[in-house]
Amino acid sequence: MTRGCVVAVLALALAGAGVTRTRAAQPADTLPERLSATGLYLPGTLTVDPRNRAFSPQYPLWTDGAHKARWIQLPAGRRIVATDADTWEFPVGTRLWKEFAFEGRRVETRLLWRATAAGWIYASYVWNEAQTDATLAPAEGRADVVEVAPGKRHSVPSRQDCRACHENGGSNVLGFSALQLSPDRDPAAPHGEALQPGMITLQTLVDEHLIDAAPGLFALAPRIPGDARTRSALGYLSANCGHCHNPQSTAATVRFPLRMPAYASAAQVERTVDALVARTTKWDLPHSVPGTTSAVKPGAPDLSALFVRMRSRRPSSQMPPLGTTVADRDAIELVSAWIEGLGRAEAH
Amino acid sequence: MIPALISSVTLVANNNARPATSAAAPAVDAVARGKYLVTFGSCNDCHTPFKLGPQGPEPDMARQLSGHPSGLVLPPPPPLKGAWVWAGAGTNTAFAGPWGISYTANLTPDKETGLGNWTEEQFLMALRSGRHEGKGRPILPPMPWRFVGSLTDDDLKAVFAYLRSIPAVSNKVPSPVDPPEDGKPESKQ
Repeated sequence: MTRGCVVAVLALALAGAGVTRTRAAQPADTLPERLSATGLYLPGTLTVDPRNRAFSPQYPLWTDGAHKARWIQLPAGRRIVATDADTWEFPVGTRLWKEFAFEGRRVETRLLWRATAAGWIYASYVWNEAQTDATLAPAEGRADVVEVAPGKRHSVPSRQDCRACHENGGSNVLGFSALQLSPDRDPAAPHGEALQPGMITLQTLVDEHLIDAAPGLFALAPRIPGDARTRSALGYLSANCGHCHNPQSTAATVRFPLRMPAYASAAQVERTVDALVARTTKWDLPHSVPGTTSAVKPGAPDLSALFVRMRSRRPSSQMPPLGTTVADRDAIELVSAWIEGLGRAEAH
Repeated sequence: MIPALISSVTLVANNNARPATSAAAPAVDAVARGKYLVTFGSCNDCHTPFKLGPQGPEPDMARQLSGHPSGLVLPPPPPLKGAWVWAGAGTNTAFAGPWGISYTANLTPDKETGLGNWTEEQFLMALRSGRHEGKGRPILPPMPWRFVGSLTDDDLKAVFAYLRSIPAVSNKVPSPVDPPEDGKPESKQ
């Protein structure tokens, strides 16, 4: 497309990839201009409305070391409907907020709102300098709002970027699931947070009848079976990669089985690992024969696309492709050791 | 000059836009419209490899819109310095610049190596967001995705319909190559 080449080259070479610029995904007039008007806080304060319940997924999504706080509000008298352990239907009116802070300062708070039966609305609010309120970010996001590492800046995602992760097969709500809210929390989960008083878990939902499920469905606390390292590695990959890399993904080329169900059997875990080992990826390792790169090569993290891409922060290679500019060192250490361990297991 | 070019191109495209295509409209209309847009947009100039014809380099239509040929392994790009910030291969299917090395995609309906497994929605999302399949890695220069993405939904759907109508060509285009970071290759990161 020669006519556009010069324009594109100049614009992108000078500006870099930056935040994706897209058309608005939702009508802006359905969203309040201020975070304070979304129902997160009691009127005129920064005190969280007690109707909004705090929670903490056991496997947090890595966002360059951001400190996060999360709340959910279910409409009064309404319940989540769990048709099975992993399929949750949230009632119309459900709202979730996630606050991102770096160096002790709030930077953005994202809102996920089931405004109508037709779907979810995604928005982000950018905090002001005085930290007194946050303003609705434009649909195309806001680039480079704060430095998170030398030369690396956090960007507020576009609403199209929100859709890329939240509309990819399965629930639109990613961090609020049976596995993520299990009271049997993984002590070795990278960046796992201790439950604070008042935080709700799966048990809370059951005890307070906030979830409509078959009797006994959640009698056992969900837990990924296997040794401690496999549990943590698959939990991390499920939370950080599984929202796109799952068998129901809308992107056909990325249907790796990385989203873990609440109650996987040991055999399912084994099949998941086998599938990762058996698959080659469309992305090729540098200097390799095209089409020969394995997703996971037991004993060889540096030859495993999954590992090399999660370690990379270069635009063509990095995974996840959105929402992070700094590689997650703790996760790199964990996943590297897990892949090394798979090699030792094969040798036996 | 450049803004004027963008404006004029967009204006022409919009002036030729037809009313929204209804689901009942004959598919051939969408295919014809898509062919018109693909031709106007010069998609063949980069996505169809060039060959040397009697009048000089020309798109090799036997490999129409199949992207950079998988068998064509190129040497490293020349050093780029000063005002010369990017370079292109003679096939016009591979480009080097600050973004690394990019290869033009196979746009034919081949299921393994082209767009055969893409949905119409993914195609639209990719060109609106500038991301592979609308959610993956950035689409790299010199692909003018903002220019193409400025088309209406109906026009983008017509382009997709046309691309589904052309012969499938099995051609696995190489992965893009990242630029060196601080002089260190990716494997040493």
